[in-house]
Amino acid sequence: MSSVNTTAHSVVEPTPTVKRIAGTIVILYALVTMVPLAWIFLTSIKSPPDSISYPPKIVFTPTLEGFCNLFTTRTRQTPDYIQSLPAPTGACDEITRGRNMVIAGPSNYWPRFGNSLVIAFGSTFLAVSLGTLAAYGFSRFRVPLADDLLFFILSTRMMPPIAVAIPIYLMYRQFGLSDTALGMILLYTAVNVSLAVWLLKGFIDEIPREYEEAAMIDGYTRLQAFWKVVLPQATTGIAATAIFCLIFAWNEYAFAVLLTSGAAQTAPPFIPTIIGEGGQDWPAVAAGTTIFLIPILVFTIILRKQLLRGITFGAVRK
Amino acid sequence: MLACATPTTIADRVRGLSDRAIAWLFITPTIALLLAINIFPLIWAVYLSFTNFRANRPNAEVESVGLRNYQRVLNDPDIWIAMQTTAHFVFWTILLQTVIGFALAYLIDRKFRGHAFWTTVILIPMMLSPAVVGNFWRFLYQPQIGLFNYIVSFFTGIPPSSFEMLGSVSLAPWAIIIVDTWMWTPYVMLICLAGLRSIPDYIYEAAEVDRASVWRQFWSITVPMALPFIMLAVLFRGIENFKMFDMVMLLTGGGPGSTTEVASITLKREAFESWLTGRSSAFAIILFVAVFGLANIYVKALNKVKQR
Repeated sequence: MSSVNTTAHSVVEPTPTVKRIAGTIVILYALVTMVPLAWIFLTSIKSPPDSISYPPKIVFTPTLEGFCNLFTTRTRQTPDYIQSLPAPTGACDEITRGRNMVIAGPSNYWPRFGNSLVIAFGSTFLAVSLGTLAAYGFSRFRVPLADDLLFFILSTRMMPPIAVAIPIYLMYRQFGLSDTALGMILLYTAVNVSLAVWLLKGFIDEIPREYEEAAMIDGYTRLQAFWKVVLPQATTGIAATAIFCLIFAWNEYAFAVLLTSGAAQTAPPFIPTIIGEGGQDWPAVAAGTTIFLIPILVFTIILRKQLLRGITFGAVRK
Repeated sequence: MLACATPTTIADRVRGLSDRAIAWLFITPTIALLLAINIFPLIWAVYLSFTNFRANRPNAEVESVGLRNYQRVLNDPDIWIAMQTTAHFVFWTILLQTVIGFALAYLIDRKFRGHAFWTTVILIPMMLSPAVVGNFWRFLYQPQIGLFNYIVSFFTGIPPSSFEMLGSVSLAPWAIIIVDTWMWTPYVMLICLAGLRSIPDYIYEAAEVDRASVWRQFWSITVPMALPFIMLAVLFRGIENFKMFDMVMLLTGGGPGSTTEVASITLKREAFESWLTGRSSAFAIILFVAVFGLANIYVKALNKVKQR
């Protein structure tokens, strides 16, 4: 900041009018991009007829029908049969009976959501752990061919997923890893670890070597110095890297749809297959989408500072 | 020599591993995993690309066919059309995302009140799953009931059921370009923002002293100084959109006809529907070499711009 102020602001500070115009345009853009997301949420609390009425309804009576349909499978029954049943056991039961249907059992949504949780968090943990170790190794020691190895690590990301999916599919079939959570965790770890090494190497490079050296003079071994001095210093970087790995693994579709068919299927390939009578049950799809998006939304808002740092940092480094 | 084997080295060994051992201990697991899950499959794909193997007939005899798979792929007009479609998508998505993303970054850099909050709001689409959100966009694009046609007709008066975004040969590619732009503009915006923030204030102050107009400052300082970042964003988005799969799969599945059939969709069809494993492996290798080559040429250009 220059100390000479010719006007009320510093020379490069935009005028209030400029700021107001800039703000208005950005806010308008933000509101427009939010429309599809707001629509997903609104659709999730509409009844199926309301969801497909034209013109699109903004004012409607909210209902939990979409969520009920998401979590259950139902069978159509005659009104006489439904009359003969004992009193409904809950709100969903009542709504379902109102549409001449009976709940047959739970849907696959929660198991698929659970798979997403296990695979995303498992692979994130592995990728960040391996990535931290490798990044420290590359940052602190003279590794032969380090530049070539680092470039090789990065280049593994250029392959279209479908291209490697063929041999991985064959390989997994051979080793009994196809359609298992372990197989998907290993795969996502491999995809994420390249990014993790690159991001974390940058963060660890920034921690002065003197810290460890001081610790080692105090009698720590190299491993102790790494554990007690370097790791605590690298927490922010590790957090930023973890968010990126998590977002990728949570959202991945191509490998998931090709390599899993049931037991280990995650939510992204599952949600589009939710159908009702006569095509896609949009309130149920919207409900499933909403639930699936919430964790990432919360993450984004809580950790936005680390996120910004991670993205811009990656940009500056590479 | 014997004097070297003093108790200190023994003590060191007891106290911990040598630095060299630690370096290998730390790096080997990552390299091993990448070799097993990335490189081994890649080498296998190269091998398969020279055979007539079909993954749905694991017991059939595998014969080497030499370069025939590559020859067939390169002579297949459908594959060239798919490559053109891909190039078309990459071009338009990058153009739109760069222009809008840079403009947004420029405006956010004016630091109006609440800019941090609105930046976070704008970022949300890129955090979401392209497949899950893409699936919902199919609903937004429905001609009779969808929100998109309703909004377009509200502003233009074109009857909503008269055009079908996903069903029309001329509109379907644009339907995908719109969703991709909606989703990834924030990414380009963020990298541009990093670029704009890296320009030191004193350059603008000097320009101000020289009475350079805002327009002149924009073209002589802002754009050239942010150019390496813009090029970087283009590189990242280019590589990603060359591989584009999930969104196209969920929105159109490659249709109508094959108007939106990008390379990844063709690859998926050949590998997992026609089960032409050898042929699709050859196509995969060609794609990889293409991305890798283009990215390398581009990085060279980028480095030149950086050095200026």
